[in-house]
Amino acid sequence: MSEIVISAKELTKKFGNFTAVDHITFEVSKGEIFGFLGANGAGKTTAMRMLCGLSYPTSGSGTVAGFNISKDQEKIKQNIGYMSQKFSLYEDLKVWENMRLFGGIYGMKEQDIKTKTDQILEHLGFMDEKNTLVRDLPLGWKQRLAFSVSIFHTPKIVFLDEPTGGVDPITRRQFWEMIYEAVHSGITVFVTTHYMDEAEYCDRVSIMVDGKIEALDSPKKLKEQTNSQTMDEVFQKFARKATRNAD
Amino acid sequence: MEKSNSEPMVAVSVKNINKKYDKVVALDNITFEANQGEIFGIIGPDGAGKTTLFRILTTLLLADSGTATVDGYDVVKDYRKIRRIIGYMPGKFSLYQDLSVEENLAFFATIFNTTIQENYNLIKDIYQQIEPFKNRKAGKLSGGMKQKLALCCALIHKPTVLFLDEPTTGVDPVSRKEFWEMLKKLKEQNISILVSTPYMDEASLCDRIAFIQDGHFLKIDTPAGITSQFGEKLWAVEADDMYKLLLDLRSNPHVKSSFTFGENHHITVDNSLTMEDLKKYLSDKGNTTIQIKEIQPGIEDAFMQLTENKQHE
Repeated sequence: MSEIVISAKELTKKFGNFTAVDHITFEVSKGEIFGFLGANGAGKTTAMRMLCGLSYPTSGSGTVAGFNISKDQEKIKQNIGYMSQKFSLYEDLKVWENMRLFGGIYGMKEQDIKTKTDQILEHLGFMDEKNTLVRDLPLGWKQRLAFSVSIFHTPKIVFLDEPTGGVDPITRRQFWEMIYEAVHSGITVFVTTHYMDEAEYCDRVSIMVDGKIEALDSPKKLKEQTNSQTMDEVFQKFARKATRNAD
Repeated sequence: MEKSNSEPMVAVSVKNINKKYDKVVALDNITFEANQGEIFGIIGPDGAGKTTLFRILTTLLLADSGTATVDGYDVVKDYRKIRRIIGYMPGKFSLYQDLSVEENLAFFATIFNTTIQENYNLIKDIYQQIEPFKNRKAGKLSGGMKQKLALCCALIHKPTVLFLDEPTTGVDPVSRKEFWEMLKKLKEQNISILVSTPYMDEASLCDRIAFIQDGHFLKIDTPAGITSQFGEKLWAVEADDMYKLLLDLRSNPHVKSSFTFGENHHITVDNSLTMEDLKKYLSDKGNTTIQIKEIQPGIEDAFMQLTENKQHE
């Protein structure tokens, strides 16, 4: 078995009397694409915030990239990347300025930032857009650029929080091909999505219902176990058991 | 197009509509008709022009040229009439966040000179799901509940045509499914529904769909009609290392297109290639546990084929 890069044991978060995340236990191996699914209000965001070092667990424990989520939050932040549909890039900065900003925040050397910026833009075919303001880029380009920026400092793990809403099917696939490529270079991907067809891209997925992980396996096995044709069917079967009302 | 006498009544008719914002062409000569009692889906990515079209049809925006009618009324001349008979659910949540669920509904009923009681049967199934929270402020509702409330508010005056602009964006799959079940029931009440969505899997739930990209309609047909015109052999291929497999498929000159679909890749090939040939080719490249099977194209395959052809024109 390969190296474990994310581990959660009985991880729990309570807000007053409300248990948002209820004793979840799972592990993610290096180089895996791990899909973290659940209906609105199931507790995904709360769990993800704990894993990213943004919130302390009420009880239970976990490690991310080898660091304790209750003690080494700053170390975790340095060793992960994060991208979401809602926030990723500064719209009023140019493409290269965004890369320089994030590289600087993560403590990269000026020269390394320069070299890497050119490498990435070359690879994406975005060299002509180096001086373009991010707000003037098409949505699909922004998403690909945002992903490149999230792994700019070569983190061990990248967290993608609903990364690909609203783009056409071809652009969405270009994005997933970038994820495959990153995984090939050894990065681990932890992704939440509402597109159940995207869940099919994951090596393994977990489905959260009312704060608990109710299912965890490869898409293929989950489909077999629940006698379903698609991940959407699988999701409906688990998520409909929810008794908690969202929010 | 041939016209027959038994043609269904038209709910929305659009002829040669154009709209530009400065130099950006938002809608480029759009023409279509949606029939009464039909769920007509407008499917396309962000920025394709869906919202602009909806704003023109709901009389909130003027087209640069072209004409459109809703239930026979002209969107420019008869805008007051149209506003009384349509229901509109904009993409952005537009109810009053600091009014309660019940207050929002009562407010919209009053504006349209009706009462919640008068058309309660129309919204009953939907409203009952949010009724336990009727005293909660709308701003404090979850995404799925906001969407249900917005639908109730758009329906409370018993509109003849309902415009739903991306009603399911950002909503989880369970709530999305419930939402489409509600639309089916409304259709049975003979309400015409124009609905836009970026989700390809929702296309199959519409009676007819139009694919829109960069302000153009690529195609208008029934979902079955669209997939039946695919016209190419489509194979699903999988192997142990899906990324390597993709690169190797693309290096084969007989493979015309290759797209990832999660657990497998969908490819179109020219007729000279057999499955055995391809299997051998992939195996020689070092792929393991290769599986190839012929499959029927889905809506997403069709959309990608149409956009690719468009780019090659």
